[in-house]
Amino acid sequence: MLVTGVVQGVGFRPFVYSLARELGLSGQVGNTASGVVAEVEGPEAAVTDFAGRIRTAAPPLAVVSTVAVESLPVLGGTEFTILDSTAGAGRTLVSPDVATCADCWSEFTDPSDRRYRHPFISCTNCGPRFTIITGLPYDRPATTMSEFPLCPDCAREYADPADRRFHAQPIACPACGPRLQLVQPGLEPAHDEDALAVAHALLVDGAILAVKGIGGFHLVCDAADQAVVTTLRKRKDRGDKPFAVMAADLGTARRIAEVDADEEELLTGIRHPIVLLRRRPGAAVAEAVAPGNPDLGVMLPYTPLHQFLFDQPGPGVLVMTSGNLSGEPIVTADDEAMTRLAGLADAWLGHDRPIHVPCDDSVVRIVDSTELPVRRSRGYAPFPVDLPVPVRPALAVGGDLKNTFCLGEGRLAWLSAHVGDMDDLATLQAFERAEQHLERLTGVRPELLVTDKHPAYRSRQWAERHADGRPVIGVQHHHAHLASLMAEHRYDGEIIGFAFDGTGYGDDGAVWGGEVLLTGYDGFERYAHLKYVPLPGGDAGVHNPCRMALSHLRAAGLRWDPRLPSVQACRGPELDLLEAQLAHDIACAPTSSMGRLFDAVSSLAGVCHRAGYEAQAAIELEGLASSDRGLGGYEFEVDADQIDPGPVLAAVVRDVLAGVAPSVVSARFHRGLAELMVTLAERVRAAEGLTTVGLSGGVFVNKVLLSATTRALTGAGFAVLRHRRVPPTDAGIALGQLAVGSRIR
Amino acid sequence: MGHGGGGQMSAELIEHLFVPAFANPVLDGLTDSAVFTLGDVRLAFSTDSFVVQPLFFPGGSIGHLAVNGTVNDLAMSGAQAAYLSCGFILEEGVELSVVGRIAADLGDAARRAGVTVATGDTKVVDAGHGDGVYINTAGVGLVPAGVDIRPQRAVPGDVVIVSGQIGVHGIAIMSVREGVSFGTEVVSDCAPLNGLVATMLAVCADLHVLRDPTRGGVATSLNEIAKSAGVGIELTESALPVPETVANACSFLGLDPLYVANEGKLLAIVPRDEADAVLAAMRSHPLGSDAAVIGECVVAHPGMVVTRTAFGATRVVDTPIGEQLPRIC
Ligand SMILES: [Fe+3]
Ligand SMILES: [Mg+2]
Ligand SMILES: [Zn+2]
Ligand SMILES: [Zn+2]
Repeated sequence: MLVTGVVQGVGFRPFVYSLARELGLSGQVGNTASGVVAEVEGPEAAVTDFAGRIRTAAPPLAVVSTVAVESLPVLGGTEFTILDSTAGAGRTLVSPDVATCADCWSEFTDPSDRRYRHPFISCTNCGPRFTIITGLPYDRPATTMSEFPLCPDCAREYADPADRRFHAQPIACPACGPRLQLVQPGLEPAHDEDALAVAHALLVDGAILAVKGIGGFHLVCDAADQAVVTTLRKRKDRGDKPFAVMAADLGTARRIAEVDADEEELLTGIRHPIVLLRRRPGAAVAEAVAPGNPDLGVMLPYTPLHQFLFDQPGPGVLVMTSGNLSGEPIVTADDEAMTRLAGLADAWLGHDRPIHVPCDDSVVRIVDSTELPVRRSRGYAPFPVDLPVPVRPALAVGGDLKNTFCLGEGRLAWLSAHVGDMDDLATLQAFERAEQHLERLTGVRPELLVTDKHPAYRSRQWAERHADGRPVIGVQHHHAHLASLMAEHRYDGEIIGFAFDGTGYGDDGAVWGGEVLLTGYDGFERYAHLKYVPLPGGDAGVHNPCRMALSHLRAAGLRWDPRLPSVQACRGPELDLLEAQLAHDIACAPTSSMGRLFDAVSSLAGVCHRAGYEAQAAIELEGLASSDRGLGGYEFEVDADQIDPGPVLAAVVRDVLAGVAPSVVSARFHRGLAELMVTLAERVRAAEGLTTVGLSGGVFVNKVLLSATTRALTGAGFAVLRHRRVPPTDAGIALGQLAVGSRIR
Repeated sequence: MGHGGGGQMSAELIEHLFVPAFANPVLDGLTDSAVFTLGDVRLAFSTDSFVVQPLFFPGGSIGHLAVNGTVNDLAMSGAQAAYLSCGFILEEGVELSVVGRIAADLGDAARRAGVTVATGDTKVVDAGHGDGVYINTAGVGLVPAGVDIRPQRAVPGDVVIVSGQIGVHGIAIMSVREGVSFGTEVVSDCAPLNGLVATMLAVCADLHVLRDPTRGGVATSLNEIAKSAGVGIELTESALPVPETVANACSFLGLDPLYVANEGKLLAIVPRDEADAVLAAMRSHPLGSDAAVIGECVVAHPGMVVTRTAFGATRVVDTPIGEQLPRIC
């Protein structure tokens, strides 16, 4: 029996061993280059049972891709043995990092256990993997644990096939493992329990701590303390961008936010991502944690060290934000943490187990009981995506914001962990290190490079600089969005693709973003798009939704009524300058961006005029949408391939001037958009016979829109593809670039 | 238009079409002016064409630009401009009074810069085939003994100095061309830099690099230097002398002052030991009174220019490609 998938370094051989023993089977099990090979003999019923349970009862971290069964002559053995690994060229899938498991937690809290309160407790079912592996084959010397020789007790567990820690590479105990250390400027470092006591006292006192996690440092402070959260915001140069929080336990999470069954499963599962939850009114969380945001990003402790932060009376909810300067990648090395976070943290709680590669927390939202990945990183990367089409060995470099890249070969695609925004030198350097690491882990040797078509994308420039004779292929931004969606659904065919986002470089040089594309891997037809309006001042237009509102009004022939909130927000010289800018077409780019239409409506409704972080205006507009389904949608006008938002803007203006509440304007806008999509999809179905609709692009992080659109399209008889494994944002486009650019035809 | 913007497109045009066609060792340096030995003197030689709109703007005209542009190109090799040639291409129908004013400005600028207009040429093209007036000038000057100024000489440890406030000319041109006021009037800083350079050379003959950051701005010039010399350049954002009016206009238009054109400004890359003396000399000259150290050459990230922000992050400043397009999603 040959089992392939994530089956090595996850306790698969001990699992097979105990399963065989339980069923009274003899034989052997071993690792080979292509997977785990088990040979068993015994009563037929037991062998059948064994074959079934290999799939259904596999260890938590294992992912069984295929099981190939072959009959062999009976040997008449009586023993079951575990064979040593055989080396060779092959592909082992590396497991993501996993939250501390229930077995480890119970040892952690058991005073009689030798790992009682051990901060580095882990087993084959949990703990760091991806972030500590320096190379393959995955064995202790190829991890950052290589500098901690095992004590006799740990060595025995490590060698015992019946033990939960058989070949658990991160294994450690208080006698042989890493040690905690707390550093405060000007004071002697404190260690172990002393370090924890000091850290706790500092948190209670309203200090900001840098705490070393699995994939990097966090900045941590009391989430209920408005003053310290405000200080952290200032030190990080963070604008109004929400901070994530860590709640002591599920009960605490429930007190600050609404948690349904699916969300609970995510919060407490093996990945422990940040889950975006609806904040409870009056939650004991400072306003500065997520200003103006109806949601809270919440996670639960996923390492013993996190648990320690809550084990004495004190803050039950902590802000936990990536330890970095605004725009820089998360800090992983201790010395770097001391220098780079010098202006940010008051003290450093770390340890001597090095982090080999950074891995940020993942962010997930539940929409209609289904996962919607917002950031796919810790717990998910580097698990590969199965492709519906084979690809040449290639590297797709992704986009410039929220960058991830993707390596692929054959039918496997490895989407990287979150890298960050490529404006920053440190991020560019992190990109290179992460890319080399992932090449090492996957064995993919890219023969070609795939990029976005934006000439100024630094990711694209990087690819051109590093091509070294290999072809560099450009893929249109929204084509990549939709191809990533098709790829994650293992869909091979053509779809009616709605690619709605903020900005993507269009084939005509304009800024696209409200696109209806009839899409396959080989190409797309631009069936319809939002009518172009000027984006005044490029990035300046993006940061100032009120200007976008006025640009939209002008394009729709609507006057700048001084009673409108957008006009009031732009009062004075800004209004005059904007008028001149639009009239003279100074630094204006034509755009069909749906993100910018959201900005315009958000500002017109008086919700948000200045965006301090990406998509702020749209997020706030979505957040206050009335759930009354009886409200009629605003109507777009569609003329050939032009979607004209003019009538929508006119109706918004009418409603706003009539004193209609922003919650109603928001709901009618969302509904109108969902109805527009149904109208367009029906048109395509009638003309082309396509019946599958795909929704991709950053706009589809919007829960209200995604849910309403899915319902409306499904009701109209369409099959709907939406993202559940990779983000709909630019963090997912590398997968689509790969599928389009390196597909073997 | 992108090919004339001074960014990556014009760099490609020059590298792929012109350099191969003219290939010779003097041209290979691709500096603003050529430096070579003729007989027993070292000469700098340069030419430039002026196609600016509008022809007249606050602080100057195309006539001033045509003199100062070439004088400055020569000065960036350390040479004192001695003689200029001047070619006018006039569009049929352009008013004689306009040509007269430009000629007067040109003569004026030549006197101020201490250079003689020694030869000239005039052509007339059909109406609709030119933008009123185009001017080409070329100039020669002597390079003092011991002076070797070229982009390849930047080395890690060198200090980057700018002679004054940046972005002023570009915003002045834009505000006139588009009829937009950005608050107080912005006046172009068009000026001849040969005097300032002479003052600098008097205290430090070993200036490594000089550059006038015209089209494409400071960012483009520094990227060219970083690539030619194979060094990294790190700027300090808070040290950049950007006047408030320019900063406001740029923030409104979504532009970065580092990419806005300058006239009458220079970038100097000088040995660290001599930086204080050079800076003091510059500040003693009227065209260098706002001179400031804005960064340094480093070993890290060769060929790349970055700015260190007030919060300590390092943002990459690359060569602009055509017009600036948003990258935000
Ligand atoms: Fe996008
Ligand atoms: Mg020139
Ligand atoms: Zn465990
Ligand atoms: Zn031990």
